[in-house]
Amino acid sequence: MSNIPTDLRYAATHEWVRPEGDGVFTVGISEHAQDLLGDMVFVELPDVGDNVSTGDDICVAESVKAASDVYAPITGEVVEVNEDLEDSPELVNSDPYGDGWLFKIKADDASEVEGLLDAEGYESSIEEE
Amino acid sequence: MSNTTALHAKHLEAGAKMVDFFGWDMPINYGSQIEEHHAVRQDAGMFDVSHMTIVDATGSQAKAYLQYLLANDVAKLKDKGKALYSGMLNEEGGVVDDLIVYHFDETNYRLVVNSATREKDMNWLRSKAEGFDVTITERPEFAMIAVQGPNAKEKAATLFSAAQKEAVAGMKPFFGVQAEDLFIATTGYTGEAGYEIMVPAEQAAMFWQSLLDAGVKPCGLGARDTLRLEAGMNLYGQDMDETISPLAANMGWTITWEPADRDFVGRSALEAQREAGTHKLVGLVMTDKGVLRQGLKVKTDNGEGVITSGTFSPTLGHSIAMARVPAGVGETVEVEMRKKWVTVKVVKPSFVRNGKSVL
Repeated sequence: MSNIPTDLRYAATHEWVRPEGDGVFTVGISEHAQDLLGDMVFVELPDVGDNVSTGDDICVAESVKAASDVYAPITGEVVEVNEDLEDSPELVNSDPYGDGWLFKIKADDASEVEGLLDAEGYESSIEEE
Repeated sequence: MSNTTALHAKHLEAGAKMVDFFGWDMPINYGSQIEEHHAVRQDAGMFDVSHMTIVDATGSQAKAYLQYLLANDVAKLKDKGKALYSGMLNEEGGVVDDLIVYHFDETNYRLVVNSATREKDMNWLRSKAEGFDVTITERPEFAMIAVQGPNAKEKAATLFSAAQKEAVAGMKPFFGVQAEDLFIATTGYTGEAGYEIMVPAEQAAMFWQSLLDAGVKPCGLGARDTLRLEAGMNLYGQDMDETISPLAANMGWTITWEPADRDFVGRSALEAQREAGTHKLVGLVMTDKGVLRQGLKVKTDNGEGVITSGTFSPTLGHSIAMARVPAGVGETVEVEMRKKWVTVKVVKPSFVRNGKSVL
């Protein structure tokens, strides 16, 4: 079974969300998602300063197999993106919950995260696929 | 119920990600398809290609039969063991399949055809054999392993007996030889040196393990596809099929027109296609971010075309593709990607050979 850390929240579209304090949340894609996509070759990140709404396609993860949209799991402003992915997109494969993070969002309403799936909820959502 | 090769247990043991490949349960990768790709370009990798169909054509009229069956002419094969790549065409000049034929003598040939088209091919081979003194025999008792890369021959040779080493010594590209219980050929589908080795199925797992021990990296169908595409080699069912002329699939070089009185299946249709002109298969190169994918629409000054195969090239670090387009396109064409038209460069459909860019 795929690794699904219990300290994170998840969107059904395979993004994970980690609170960094001060209303800022780091976002990446789950180990299950990177495994489905295979070797990552390009990541098109949003721009810092972009205002995004929940469900917007704001990032593209392109693997040898397919190009896949990544959606904003919460509403807010993009405050940082992972520039290391420019030269090393494979970090998304090798360390999806760590060095392979995608971007950080300063939430308009930090409580929105409470509405996302917990690890257990995400696990059952991928079992239904 | 899916078919499995003699190496299936070895793939599972190595933790391969398995996929259905036209009814065969085959490894797509053993972790990272890109690492497997680099292993073949830089060192040595191996592929289980046991799902491919091995067929022997033997009999007093084997040569005449193959001269009729194939667009390329087996009469070119003079040396024992020499191999030839050819299309097998239908009466409409479309490609039934592409294959390699090895010549042992004029009564004895071996063909390797695709697995996805196995049943169709066997029916075709048998129906065209009518009226010829030739016997068509499938050889499912062999597994086949392709060992490819700059160090592939050296590493594979560590498994060979003295007699096998002698049999392959100085063997040029595109030859095959039966040496004791192995059939060893200097063919492949990667653009690198190496061997394709037919080994009795019951010995296959042990042979594979010995190659692993010799430092040959197992590679899946994912890397096989990116390697062949970099090498500019066609994939049947994508770059050509029964509705596509070999002239529109960069296979013109595989058609032997002379002597003009050699009647082969599809000849008259092919002559008409040559007269009328056909689409052409070209290479595309995109150095911007993004990946050209099969099925994407191509816009040229002379009309529309389509990408038949596209991928990210791990060797070059950007995307490459093959596209079937109207003849006479310029130096660039437009490709529709994610709702935007992107300008990409047109090149000959060959990108990497022996580890190096040929762009």
